[in-house]
Amino acid sequence: MFAPAYLDHNATTPVAPRVLEAMLPFFGQQYGNASSRHEYGRAARRAIDTARQRVAFAVGAHPTEVVFTSGGSEANNLFIKGVAANLPAGLAAISAIEHPCVREPARTLRRQGWQLREIAVDVDCRIASADFVAALAEKPAAVSTIVSVMFANNETGVVQDVARLATIAQDSRAWFHSDAVQALGKIPLDFRSLNAAGVHALTLSAHKLGGPKGAGALVVDKRVDLAPLIAGGGHERGLRSGTENVPAIVGFGVACEEAIVRMAETAARLRGLRDDLEHGLAARGAVIFASNAARLPNTTYFSLPGLDGETLVAKLDRSGYAVASGAACSSANPEPSHVLLAMGIAPATARGAVRVSLGPETSATEIAGFLQALSATVSDLQSMAAISTAAH
Amino acid sequence: MLKLPIYLDYSATTPVDPRVAAKMIPWLTEHFGNPASRSHPFGWEADKAVEDARAEVAKLVNADPKEIIFTSGATESNNLAIKGAAHFYAATRGKHIVTVATEHKAVLDTVKELERQGFEATYLEPQSDGLITPEQLKAALRKDTVLASVMAVNNEIGVIQPIAELGEICREAGVIFHVDAAQATGKMPLDLAALKVDLMSFSAHKTYGPKGIGALYVRRKPRIRLEAQMHGGGHERGMRSGTLATHQIIGMGEAFRLAREEMAIENERIRMLRDRLLKGLQDIEETYVNGHIDNRVPHNLNVSFNFVEGESLIMAIKDIAVSSGSACTSASLEPSYVLRALGRSDELAHSSIRFTIGRFTTEEEIDFTIKLLHDKLGKLRELSPLWEMFKDGVDLESVQWAAH
Repeated sequence: MFAPAYLDHNATTPVAPRVLEAMLPFFGQQYGNASSRHEYGRAARRAIDTARQRVAFAVGAHPTEVVFTSGGSEANNLFIKGVAANLPAGLAAISAIEHPCVREPARTLRRQGWQLREIAVDVDCRIASADFVAALAEKPAAVSTIVSVMFANNETGVVQDVARLATIAQDSRAWFHSDAVQALGKIPLDFRSLNAAGVHALTLSAHKLGGPKGAGALVVDKRVDLAPLIAGGGHERGLRSGTENVPAIVGFGVACEEAIVRMAETAARLRGLRDDLEHGLAARGAVIFASNAARLPNTTYFSLPGLDGETLVAKLDRSGYAVASGAACSSANPEPSHVLLAMGIAPATARGAVRVSLGPETSATEIAGFLQALSATVSDLQSMAAISTAAH
Repeated sequence: MLKLPIYLDYSATTPVDPRVAAKMIPWLTEHFGNPASRSHPFGWEADKAVEDARAEVAKLVNADPKEIIFTSGATESNNLAIKGAAHFYAATRGKHIVTVATEHKAVLDTVKELERQGFEATYLEPQSDGLITPEQLKAALRKDTVLASVMAVNNEIGVIQPIAELGEICREAGVIFHVDAAQATGKMPLDLAALKVDLMSFSAHKTYGPKGIGALYVRRKPRIRLEAQMHGGGHERGMRSGTLATHQIIGMGEAFRLAREEMAIENERIRMLRDRLLKGLQDIEETYVNGHIDNRVPHNLNVSFNFVEGESLIMAIKDIAVSSGSACTSASLEPSYVLRALGRSDELAHSSIRFTIGRFTTEEEIDFTIKLLHDKLGKLRELSPLWEMFKDGVDLESVQWAAH
């Protein structure tokens, strides 16, 4: 069977074998509802408690700070709307490169009288400190403030200095949140020290690090007065009602454990492969976005001058390489990436963007093969372009 | 050999059917793509599988697949339906909501949240059999009623509300009608082409599918609109953002397909087991069935045993896994609010046991249960001074208890 090489790990990842093995008993055998008082229910509750400890340990948090949700989108919605619901309308400051599941809930706050301010990034996708300070300085000190800056960007892989930004935001008594979905398992996260610097919550997702889809978490400082998004039954300390998704939560716990154990080793190996890839790309005339910034070790985002990204990924797919032209959620959307536009990249260049994101199972052979396929694709497209220019 | 404890709590959750699990697993491993990925076959095959599952969910309830929105479960579906419709239509239709005192907490807590936001709510009190009448609903509707929410099947007592008649009344009055059908799928036929229901909540894990997945039916003709509760990438036609959990959705599709194909035969077998259980328990003195005995799903038997203390009873029958009240509230020591709403005394509410029978229940398990209840109730009542007084013919209602 023809199986394409999967180089789109920032969209989603396969479930790791040990994760699957841990999940399976909870479908057909230990299927209890964790709220039931009998042994079936208690077994489910114990499994959730263990998973909560594993997730907490992976990010240096206390288990009681972990609120399980259906995924990263829900956790982002929960924080932004949940904090805003218990505050008088004020300022919501989010970076210009946030995922739609931070940007869109922040936009809904405007209807309740909140002012929305997007914080600029520089050409390397880093939060512009001056604009960050300015955004917080624009409002009176007493006005309630919510700040959300993603830990690592899904498209460019750029890692923000979240602790430093949170320290700045502390002067404004801001409620500071960071979407860490892409960072978890790829780079170290320590909620204790982040929390000390002024970060109040982190969003996590299972399916980006070898866990199942359908589980995520909000790691949240208990001083945050959060209104639930989903009411009814009072699960998760009243912050998220609904029967717990036991197999997915169990899988999330094991995926965290696995990723953390291997993180340093995997990161070093992927960084090596990514460097090889970028050498090859540069030799083919590619522009590599945000290459001067600190990035996740697995992500490359590039553009080849004169070539359309959508066309390129379609061709690469036919050659057996699965990559993305932008974030998966907005892949149907022909607009150039809002992240690249925020970085000040010209729309024509942004339309050429291709994202390659590696995973623990990515091999050197796949990277070499990808570069070969890319060369072949580019010559094809260039000769087609030449023919069509000649015809005009 | 019986495996203990015997699971008789199928309304709390069900095991994933092995056929469902087998269908789900490849979508965790080799077919792991994000259905929203448009640039490679990992995404395309996941997207196609999601759409096939959506069609299966729609087929069980005779709806159009475009009317099915996937959520993380029935609790989220109830929140989305009630808050989503109330907020969208408040300005044009009004801010009054009608529901029933015996609804699931996912409905009641959501309506309470809306009350805090300035909505008004009317809670219909069911009759002693657990049912509400169409007349009750009709009388409660006002000019500014925006939405009515009534569950199809009650989770504690299994009674079936007259959804068809209630729907007619709502449609005529221009009131949006939401039905929580978490406990109904696979247990009774649901035909949304005939029912005048605008929004209907479903859960997979009550019907041998996985936890973590549910759906909301949103009618297209006449079209019902909702304010999304979860914003982001615009998945599910903008009504519910977030990466679709492919394996769970596929599990729900397969579970609902099996329900459609096997429901008729399976429910006859379950009815036979339930009747056997009822018959076996009926010759225990001072035993009361809670809820209408005929107008209920065959899976449910909810019984109160007089003159025993609820907690002792639960401890005594540890060899069977049952609920005393619903799973979601059983951690509290309050007597079941559903049984209280039926007019049961605190004592009878406390000493109630919900037996719910399912796909994997055997006759042997039912017989074991009957014998266990006979033995343990006998022992507990031997120790009970109230039982002794009752047997001596003392009218306990007339006893003047001395204060301590």
